[in-house]
Amino acid sequence: MSYLLNSEDILQTIRMIDQQHLDVRTITMGLSLFDCADPDLSVCCSKIYEKICRRAGHLVETGKQIEREFGIPIVNQRISVSPIAMIAGSSRADSYVPAAEAMDRAAKEVGVNFIGGFSALVQKGATASDEILMRSIPEALSSTERVCASLNIGSTKAGINMDAVAEAGRIIKQTAALTAAADGLGCSKLVIFCNAVEDNPFMAGAFHGPGEPECVINVGVSGPGVVHSALQECQGQSFDVVAETIKRTAFKVTRMGQLVAQEASRRLGVPFGIVDLSLAPTPAVGDSVARILEAMGLETCGAHGTTAALALLNDAVKKGGIMASSHVGGLSGAFIPVSEDEGMIAAARSGRLSLEKLEAMTCVCSVGLDMIAVPGDTSAETLSAIIADEAAIGMINNKTTACRLIPAPGKTVGDTVHIGGLFGDAPVMAVNPASSDAFIRRGGRIPAPIHSLRN
Amino acid sequence: MKSIVSVFARDRKGIIAYVTSLLAEKDINVLDISQTLMQEYFAMIMLVDLADCPLSFDELSQYLQERGEERGLAIHIQRQDIFDAMHRI
Repeated sequence: MSYLLNSEDILQTIRMIDQQHLDVRTITMGLSLFDCADPDLSVCCSKIYEKICRRAGHLVETGKQIEREFGIPIVNQRISVSPIAMIAGSSRADSYVPAAEAMDRAAKEVGVNFIGGFSALVQKGATASDEILMRSIPEALSSTERVCASLNIGSTKAGINMDAVAEAGRIIKQTAALTAAADGLGCSKLVIFCNAVEDNPFMAGAFHGPGEPECVINVGVSGPGVVHSALQECQGQSFDVVAETIKRTAFKVTRMGQLVAQEASRRLGVPFGIVDLSLAPTPAVGDSVARILEAMGLETCGAHGTTAALALLNDAVKKGGIMASSHVGGLSGAFIPVSEDEGMIAAARSGRLSLEKLEAMTCVCSVGLDMIAVPGDTSAETLSAIIADEAAIGMINNKTTACRLIPAPGKTVGDTVHIGGLFGDAPVMAVNPASSDAFIRRGGRIPAPIHSLRN
Repeated sequence: MKSIVSVFARDRKGIIAYVTSLLAEKDINVLDISQTLMQEYFAMIMLVDLADCPLSFDELSQYLQERGEERGLAIHIQRQDIFDAMHRI
């Protein structure tokens, strides 16, 4: 073994890529559209289309080139834009669907599979343009293919806007109805946040926050399979060893993400923003967060102990990743999307992973109740109440939480929703049948929480 | 530019000779070689310098892959940076 070559390290990297699904999940270009505002929405849409095509024209090719040279798969290139409610607000239009269609056309032109930012930040209240955007979401998601929408309905500083929460339930129901032929596919492109972050590279919740620069490159790494594989080496050992192993693995994965981020930034001439240290699963076998929790000694994800296992995992990933990147941001934590995780799907199908357990798990990880199919006859009020619960967890714990719920039309508990592709398949999970209608009808705001006397 | 060439194949005679001749043909200098056997599989890692190579990285990558497949070898080339980033602080 020479000082030039450490073949063991090199073989480890090659194994991680070839056998353990190590990849860069996304290179996301964040792009400000503030200079696209215009009193005439059609002019605004032309400017949006032109700007996205101009700035992101080389994004996909650059990603592919880095992938070829470094031999590391880069699964997605994506774009996030300024919240459209802020951009389209200066027009007199009463629907922003044309803006979504312009985003969709631009996404197809530059070859990205998703574009995020059909969004409104309404944590304290909605402006007239926020209201129009919210009303436009169902049609926007059903008439476009690649556009993702999000709402921020609460924050630790502002409390929870319960009027927006009530509206979100109705929006989800309408979106499901308009995309009923595809099992409510539109809902998989809609995220309802509390404490949304401005630099998230992951879809469907990415938008380019108003505090962000003109254009920026954010990178989301992944690697549940690598962590799972590393844990196979420490069977029966204490949690000290488990935590240390995850940290070491997360460090390596993140260094790779940092390198790709810097390289993409340099080649595109766009400043580097952040690396998002998230364990993002896919429906592929061997790329599951649930299987990592099970590797710690749980028979099934959802068993008692799952929340503790997830807390350890989430914290160790951050500790390992933080030193590997110059700027960490985004959501940075383990994702637990049910339909996009083979182990979660199996656990939900076996009845051992319930909505209530998932809610508890979201207290200790990013991001929230993600890609969860619920019965098609779930009321808008019940959906809103689920969102309110999740937002409360985020608000009180000063963390991001989110809901991506799919009330699949015509489906009930035991059925499977076939969303397909990256979104996978979701077993329909039971919701509590008791009514929350009167609770949601109250409206108003839940006040921001106190930050002392924390118990 | 320095890069890592990795070669995986069922072990047999002449693999090193074949791969190094492919590299020499394209004016590529081999700086270091390491090889191991994993069961009956042969794994070779080479550090190479592409400074004088007339091909673009993509062309070279494709050339090595195609010429490797002719002999049942999986040959890949990756920039060295990725390994340094992951394994060195």
